[in-house]
Amino acid sequence: MRTQPIDQVAAGLPAETKTAVYEGSKIGHEKRTKLLFDHYGDPNRLRTLAGEIKQHVVENLDTYLPAVEARLVANGAKVHWAATAEAACEAVYSILKARGAKKLVKAKTMVSEEIELADYLEKRGIEALETDLGEFIVQLDHDHPSHIIKPIIHKNRRQIAELFEKSGLGAYDDEPGMITQRARQFLRHKYLEADAGLTGANFVVAESGRLVIVTNEGNSRFCLAATRCHIALVGIEKILPRDRDLALFLNLLARSGTAQQLTVYNEFILGPRAAGQPDGPDEMHVIFVDNGRTDVLASDCREILRCIRCGACLNTCPVYRKIGGHSFPWVYSGPIGAILTPQFMGVQHEPALPFASSLCGACGEVCPVKIDIPKILLELRSDVKKADAREHKNRLEKLGFRAFAWMMTHPRIFEMAGRIGRSMGWPSGNKGPMGAWLSERDLPPLPAHSFRDLWRRR
Amino acid sequence: MTLTSGRAPVTGKRVQLMATCLCDAFHDDVAAATVEVLEHLGCEVAFPEGQTCCGQPAFNGGDWDSSRRVVRHTVRTFSGDDPVVVPSGSCAAMLFHGAALEFEHEPDLGAVQGLGRRTWELGDYIVNGLGVRSWPGRLDAAIALHRSCHTRGTGSSEAVALLLASIDGVRLVEIGEAEQCCGFGGTFSVGFPHISAAMGDLKLDHVRAVRPDLLVSGDTGCLMHLSGLAAREGIKLRTMHFAQVLRDALRKRG
Repeated sequence: MRTQPIDQVAAGLPAETKTAVYEGSKIGHEKRTKLLFDHYGDPNRLRTLAGEIKQHVVENLDTYLPAVEARLVANGAKVHWAATAEAACEAVYSILKARGAKKLVKAKTMVSEEIELADYLEKRGIEALETDLGEFIVQLDHDHPSHIIKPIIHKNRRQIAELFEKSGLGAYDDEPGMITQRARQFLRHKYLEADAGLTGANFVVAESGRLVIVTNEGNSRFCLAATRCHIALVGIEKILPRDRDLALFLNLLARSGTAQQLTVYNEFILGPRAAGQPDGPDEMHVIFVDNGRTDVLASDCREILRCIRCGACLNTCPVYRKIGGHSFPWVYSGPIGAILTPQFMGVQHEPALPFASSLCGACGEVCPVKIDIPKILLELRSDVKKADAREHKNRLEKLGFRAFAWMMTHPRIFEMAGRIGRSMGWPSGNKGPMGAWLSERDLPPLPAHSFRDLWRRR
Repeated sequence: MTLTSGRAPVTGKRVQLMATCLCDAFHDDVAAATVEVLEHLGCEVAFPEGQTCCGQPAFNGGDWDSSRRVVRHTVRTFSGDDPVVVPSGSCAAMLFHGAALEFEHEPDLGAVQGLGRRTWELGDYIVNGLGVRSWPGRLDAAIALHRSCHTRGTGSSEAVALLLASIDGVRLVEIGEAEQCCGFGGTFSVGFPHISAAMGDLKLDHVRAVRPDLLVSGDTGCLMHLSGLAAREGIKLRTMHFAQVLRDALRKRG
């Protein structure tokens, strides 16, 4: 077994990045746990219920999606279907082009990261400005988000203050209030100049066609209030059956994601501006994005589609805490990224990913919709090795496991190997698994006997 | 409700010891202590000599064909109805969960699940299987208990904490971020040595902060990794499996 690239990336992370990620994720997890267990006798019952509701949706997407479309259309929205990332980008672009729009203000949406929308639009002469503070900082720095809900968890305030100074937003000042104030001053008139506003949606309710968007900064509300055209990019799995399900999901999402009782701004959008309403966008477009989701639906791991993108699994994950999101190959990082990426891109795209886990099970304990992430990681490991075997890759490792199985099904060989090993001492060297072990740790002294020797002498 | 509840209650006192490959080959004293502890409780301990490994390394490595071969060998070796007791949360979890997962589409799933249902991690067996709530003897030590990840969702860690805390002279000290993994993770420790060591260093920092005399766990894998890291860094750290603690306490009975 070779040391994996992710391990090498992690080894090269600057100390201040490590500190920022570790502290940000740890505090998120600890506050979440306290809040859930202080407020609910048995939060696990809520997780079970939420998981069952989402699983029901996933199992019945074929009926929910047309139902949602019909509600949205009845509410006055236009519905678009995008099979791929490119189709989703094209859909946004064609809406903007038809309106002659040149400037777009964006609220935070992971789907737009997934389809790389901002790049696509900028190449076509459209400014797509991020208005979420974290995403704004990422955009200003030509960086990438490293966490589903805390995109700049890897940056500290000194780095942000320096970035703002360099970008002409004011002299160095790393006081968080001042950082926020400066972003606010910069962004405020951008809303007024914009031609359209783009958001995601945390949930879309089937019975009402209601879009639900949660933010802590109110920026998505500005995106809608200040522009005449609202475009919502939504993964096809974001559906909830009933409005009343929001009571459960908004409580769980806020606690699991940001350790709040409720996110500060919860918007419920039932359509574009109706006759007689004083304001709001005249046009509303909802783009449902597949981009690999139906492949996941067809797989054994469709429970992944329950995910509500809260980030709790990242915050609790000891591996994520040590390596941060940029060590992962795609926009989704941490445990959920480790199972989403192979599903969306194929298991051979980044075959080490499901192995970059100690299988400690912490993620499975916090997931608000009870996705069995550790089990899926194990299944993906098996899928990777089956693909390896088909493609005749990693044959040495395969041989190693076969030798292991042979020895472990021949007790006398196992016993003899132990005896020889104990008499010869630990092998040394800097290659292979032993080299990897010894790169960080010593080995214990070898005992004189095996246990079975002792047992026979009793 | 724990993952290991709902299994057949323990009636007799005959048990089959699964020593684990690690203890059999490298930590003979842990398995020997397990026998002493079980015999103290009046158990009649059998050691099926055909035993080798539970198959977990190949299972976690993704080579389920190889792993299944080893699991089948284990199922044959531990035949009969007697409970199987194992001084490792990790090997126990392999037999409850892992083996069942990789045998999901195999004709002999039933036999594998059958072994899982009568397999007990040692601490869980003593407290929840036999109903023992306290431990005699004496050991003067401040003990930090590392809750190994494979005992999540089972009764093991609580059981071990209960037994240790009941020993005269033992003071349990809580370590920070106790729910965080030590970074061992089997093949993970050699596939991702840097991340594994970084996780281990965090655990060691928390352990050292509470200055225990002993770091105790129910999994020798975690202890081998942590003591190996400590030795490399020149940190003094005494580690013991809880079976050794229970055995040592027995030897100091008044």
